Amino acid sequence: MSFKPIILWTDALVYLLVIVIIAFVWYVRRNEYLLAPWRRVGHSASGMAALTVLTFFIAIGLLDTVHIRPAIENSNGSSGEKAYSVEVLSLLDIIATPLRTRVEKTYSAPFAAFLYTKETAELPDGRQIREFPRLQFGGAHLQNPETELAADVAWKAGVGGGLGLLLWGLVVVSLTGLLANRRDEKFLSAFSAIWRGSTQVPWNAICITLALLLLFCGAALALSGSYHIFGTDKVGQDVFYQSLKSIRTGLVIGTLTTLMMLPFALLLGITAGYFRGWVDDAIQYLYTTLSSIPSVLLIAATVLMMQVYIESRPELFDTIAARADLRLLFLCIILGVTSWTGLCRLLRGETLKLREMEYIQAAHAFGVSHWRIISRHILPNVMHIVLIATVMDFSGLVLAEAVLSYVGVGVDPSMISFGTMINAARLEMAREPMVWWALLAAFSFMFALVLSANLFADAVQNAFDPRARTLSAKAIILRRRRHEENPQAQSVSPTVEGSSKP
Amino acid sequence: MLNYIIRRVLYAIPILIGVNLITFTLFFVVNSPDDMARMQLGIKRVTPEAITKWKQERGYDKPLMFNDAVEGTEKFTRTIFFEKSVAMFAFDFGRADDGRDIAHEIKTRMLPSLAIALPVFLLGLFVYIFFALTMVFFRATYVDFWGVVLCVALMSISSLFYIIGGQFLISKMWHLVPISGYGSGWNAAKFLVLPVIIGVISGAGASTRWYRTIFLEEMGKDYVRTARAKGLSESLVLFRHVLRNAMIPILTGAVVLIPLLFLGSLIAESFFGIPGLGSYTIDAINSQDFAVVRAMVFLGSLLYIIGLILTDISYTLVDPRVRLE
Repeated sequence: MSFKPIILWTDALVYLLVIVIIAFVWYVRRNEYLLAPWRRVGHSASGMAALTVLTFFIAIGLLDTVHIRPAIENSNGSSGEKAYSVEVLSLLDIIATPLRTRVEKTYSAPFAAFLYTKETAELPDGRQIREFPRLQFGGAHLQNPETELAADVAWKAGVGGGLGLLLWGLVVVSLTGLLANRRDEKFLSAFSAIWRGSTQVPWNAICITLALLLLFCGAALALSGSYHIFGTDKVGQDVFYQSLKSIRTGLVIGTLTTLMMLPFALLLGITAGYFRGWVDDAIQYLYTTLSSIPSVLLIAATVLMMQVYIESRPELFDTIAARADLRLLFLCIILGVTSWTGLCRLLRGETLKLREMEYIQAAHAFGVSHWRIISRHILPNVMHIVLIATVMDFSGLVLAEAVLSYVGVGVDPSMISFGTMINAARLEMAREPMVWWALLAAFSFMFALVLSANLFADAVQNAFDPRARTLSAKAIILRRRRHEENPQAQSVSPTVEGSSKP
Repeated sequence: MLNYIIRRVLYAIPILIGVNLITFTLFFVVNSPDDMARMQLGIKRVTPEAITKWKQERGYDKPLMFNDAVEGTEKFTRTIFFEKSVAMFAFDFGRADDGRDIAHEIKTRMLPSLAIALPVFLLGLFVYIFFALTMVFFRATYVDFWGVVLCVALMSISSLFYIIGGQFLISKMWHLVPISGYGSGWNAAKFLVLPVIIGVISGAGASTRWYRTIFLEEMGKDYVRTARAKGLSESLVLFRHVLRNAMIPILTGAVVLIPLLFLGSLIAESFFGIPGLGSYTIDAINSQDFAVVRAMVFLGSLLYIIGLILTDISYTLVDPRVRLE
């Protein structure tokens, strides 16, 4: 199959973000003082378990970012040049082709073999009856769904889950081998170290999370081949496929918004704090004014105006996906422009404090230029604030997307997202019996994504913000326990580093 | 004190002017009224006459900032900027697309909004402080630990699901209260129970955790050690000393929200069919009624600024250390 690669706007920015993150990781790995707080993140059990889940989401999101336009089979074969379909597909779409193309007529419940609504069917002898027709794809391989379905589902789930666990076993064995090799230990002692939790990095938490994830993924993959595991929606599209597609939308909004916000917040916050005087006054006026407009209203107003702009210029977009994508990008920009004020205020305060420090004074005395002081001495010292704000904002933005889509100022209606899923499902609440599966799918995927993002954000905050570290519930428990065991000892911060060699 | 209040109010004026300029730019400069007319009348089949008529009905057919066609001060007053933006300072919001006076609508819809938002606010404050105090009292035990876990889990659920789940469980399954609607007078009470409960629960995670942090920070201060050294019991320290001092950041953080309660909540009101300002805004957004959205943006920022002023004043009242300069 020939195709044409397409890079939509958000794709380009996601690639940029990936490059930035790789460069950042490479840079941090070379500097021990930058690495130290990240080690603390690595030692947090909840943080690392959350990161494992996040990695899965990010992998799905990245797969969904690589877009192509497949070529259309030219039936006339007269023209020399290839025509490309107006439909933009991503790698995830191609992998999940069975999910994408097996469209039923309308609603069907999870694991159902029959449609959700009755239809009039004609019997061979000409009589007409109302019955639930069989689904075209869901459970189509069964002869007698009433009796076979439960056993078949259990068998397929068992096989899929078993394969998942097998893969997990392989991962654990290779991980243990790797650790044993690195620590110069026997395989078994490394294995028991992992399970006792005596390793610096909480491998046991990671392994348990991974086991659950692979179990679910294996079962889901095995079942989704012949069933709609989360049912189908109004137009018969598979809800599981929609949930997978929503992940990218959520991730893009959570990350790109921050990317859009950072330049404003960094530039304005640091200049205000550093130069003070009228610059400070002007910037303070700007962010007070912006932040005094309630954010939902400002976003709503801006998105309305953006809709007018996009609707009146249809010639700018050649595909529906391009239009939806540009709307998503605009949404990120709008969210970024309306949300930089909080970080800007924090950065201004920190810069005000930093500029009075002796080492900055010394730099002044040596005649170092303003911009060099800002970039060499102030910027690195406020980065922890930026990082904490970035990870803390992420989950809020994913949640905000759903609300904004509900209000009608979110992503393009043609773009699959958690918000559009909930919005469509909400209209069916009144049906009897209720169509609950789309809500359940959106809820569980969103909850997993946001919860792991929250836990990871907490781990990052605990590692980078010394004030937060002393207040976390676990830290207090550990501290007290240590104190009871050894009352004479000075109370030491529970997350003090061992001299671990990676 | 009066001097201080006057000065704070004067500070607010340039900010309001800024907000006004931002909304003006957003609504009239980024897109011309022609674009808006075309959007509302349908993109394709729209005649120039229809656009002119649409603009005339709404008074958008004048120049933006400067009118050359007339004489004297009217050069400035017969413009979109003056009639649509400056007039907002006099609470003249114009008419909505359905012909009703926006200012009047806002006045009648404020009360239902307040009827939900105020109980949510007060009950919430009480409940969150109660739970935060419990967690702090049992700190260094697994009550605290699991409390924090619960808070994080509650924070991770979208507010939409609280509403959907609450409506499903309480109204549909158990038939305790009506799913949605609103009545007049005391009849409204039975419609308000569910939105208020859901409102309190959906904010519980983030707020309880935040208050817990405030209390714990307060616990580390010197006066707490002194109180303990005097031999006061832990609960006395917590409820008499820590609570009172921690109320300063909590109350001043809450005061800023009080004026915004008039705006109500966008989602809850539209889910529960309550005729407040929140559902008014949502309807306006969905029907692309630009005049109403513009009015709400202005009103929202006005209320927020009032909240900021109240916060500053309450600081000086609650905390004797803050001196007026």
